[in-house]
Amino acid sequence: MRKHLSARRRTLLKLTAAAALAPTVVRAQGAAKVVVVGGGFGGAVCARTLKTMAPAIGVTLVEPNKTYTACPFSNEVIAGLRELKQQEFSYEAIARNGVTVAATTATAVDSAAKIVTLGDGSKLSYDRLVIAPGIDLDWKALPGYDEAAAEKMPHAWKAGPQTALLRRQLEAMEDGGVVVISVPAAPYRCPPAPYERASQIAWYLKAKKPRSKVLLLDAKDSFSQQRLFQAAWTKLYPGMIEWVPLSQGGNVTSVDPATRTFNTDFDKHKADVANVVPPQKAAAIAQTAGVADRTGWCPVSSIAFESELQPSIHVLGDAALMGAMPKAAFSANAQGKACAAAIVDLLAGRTPAEPRLVSACYNLAAPDYGFSIVGVYRPEKGQFLEVPGAGGTSPIDGDSALRAQEARYAEAGFRVLTAETFG
Amino acid sequence: MRHWPRAVLAAALASFLALASAADAAQPPPGASSCSGCHGTVPNGTPIPVLRGRPAHDIAGLMREFRSGARPATVMGSIAKGFNDRDIDAISQWVVGQGQ
Ligand SMILES: Cc1cc2nc3c(=O)[nH]c(=O)nc-3n(C[C@H](O)[C@H](O)[C@H](O)COP(=O)(O)OP(=O)(O)OC[C@H]3O[C@@H](n4cnc5c(N)ncnc54)[C@H](O)[C@@H]3O)c2cc1C
Ligand code: HEC
Repeated sequence: MRKHLSARRRTLLKLTAAAALAPTVVRAQGAAKVVVVGGGFGGAVCARTLKTMAPAIGVTLVEPNKTYTACPFSNEVIAGLRELKQQEFSYEAIARNGVTVAATTATAVDSAAKIVTLGDGSKLSYDRLVIAPGIDLDWKALPGYDEAAAEKMPHAWKAGPQTALLRRQLEAMEDGGVVVISVPAAPYRCPPAPYERASQIAWYLKAKKPRSKVLLLDAKDSFSQQRLFQAAWTKLYPGMIEWVPLSQGGNVTSVDPATRTFNTDFDKHKADVANVVPPQKAAAIAQTAGVADRTGWCPVSSIAFESELQPSIHVLGDAALMGAMPKAAFSANAQGKACAAAIVDLLAGRTPAEPRLVSACYNLAAPDYGFSIVGVYRPEKGQFLEVPGAGGTSPIDGDSALRAQEARYAEAGFRVLTAETFG
Repeated sequence: MRHWPRAVLAAALASFLALASAADAAQPPPGASSCSGCHGTVPNGTPIPVLRGRPAHDIAGLMREFRSGARPATVMGSIAKGFNDRDIDAISQWVVGQGQ
């Protein structure tokens, strides 16, 4: 329609409209701009969905990496069951969808002026900003553990070179060695992933280095799908995996990278291969933008994921406090789509509907042994809480056919989720 | 110049409505956008069935069977229990036409 108007008339139209009408209407004329910071499971699908739902909105995705390396199934890479290449996804399809991909880092946000500053110094204005930057490892939280230490004691909690490093260390370990994994207190990215990792490592060791052991040092007294994991360990890896909970001295208070030692309240554990899952917080840009609170995470409204601290900014995925929803790729994906729908409503001057979100998490204790947890969430007293009566885990007494079936569903889920997110 | 505001208003309103109705067409009912995280919209050889293109009333029927437990499932029982009949009907309508 605007094609038929002369430039002068267009300018006049804009100016007069701006003066005469509510700003939402001006934005709705196709000039609405949404910037999404972070092209992970949450941000990438949010950008894509926005563009599909309302092509008139200008959508820019800011993401410094040319390829995204996915964490789900990266434990299988560590066990030698997959290659890191299979975890990599490009942003090309998202760009083909009409999303402008800015391959740089967002360095600052001026929420009053609604401007994001990028790594190259350029500035982007927005009507709505989505911040979905995932986590940063908190290098100050665990004495002895910093970026240099991670070269000796990998975290492998961001998939990529760290994943490859942990795999190489396992491959180089002698039979009879001890692999120690330390687990922080909640919240952290993907609650069951440390236990899936212990299982995957045990799978590798059972085949290649059967006299070896895995020791989990945990800052908690219970964990997600605990009975399912422990039943799997008894069945598949008897005597190989030992879990030390908080109450039995599992809390790691410091590490010594030179000797690969974990110090706990009562003890010292020297590892042959040391995997530290460090404490975490929302990534730096969330802190810079002022959307994170003192916990290090970002409080948001449960209707449109709007920041409780800054106007016109939405926060999704691992960086946000999402009530009972776990920090998982599936959660981030569901939030990304629901947030896109809410933004379309807000830009059109409508009140977004209350979302209802499904989250699912599959775990593989072995290549043919899968189980799952699902939850359905809705806003309740300003937080995402589980819908009572829904959700649950796989049955504890499931037979091997069921576990094999869920392993296939896990793989299918990963393929569908990544295809929906990255194209 | 007096005629401008009205023309402006009409033009602005028209594009506003265009956006609003385009958005309405694609606006999923609560819960529906989560389904495509597992169910692809094109056949891709995975064991989780595609829902798009199937009769909405079949999908709604299967959801009710999952919810009651009449139909065995790994995850769908736990998911379907999070929705009432109205939700199920709206979601089923949406997922079968998704991406069109
Ligand atoms: C070992 C392991 C196994 C896991 N397994 C599963 C699983 O089986 N299922 C599951 O559902 N989840 C799993 N997860 C969790 C999952 O990986 C995360 O929950 C998910 O990646 C969160 O998505 P996100 O979009 O919030 O963040 P991310 O995926 O981390 O994406 C954030 C993006 O933001 C970018 N970014 C950061 N800062 C900036 C900036 N300033 N400017 C621009 N871009 C920026 C980053 O480069 C990154 O690409 C696992 C995690 C781990 C560690
Ligand atoms: C976590 C992954 C996951 C999510 C999310 C999910 N499904 Fe499913 N769906 C499955 C799996 C796996 C099956 C096979 C049955 C089972 O084991 O649960 C299935 C089966 C179905 C079937 C039966 C299809 C057939 O032909 O037998 C229907 C209908 C269905 N799902 C609808 C939905 C709807 C609607 C939603 C969204 C509210 C949804 N699903 C969300 C994984 C999922």
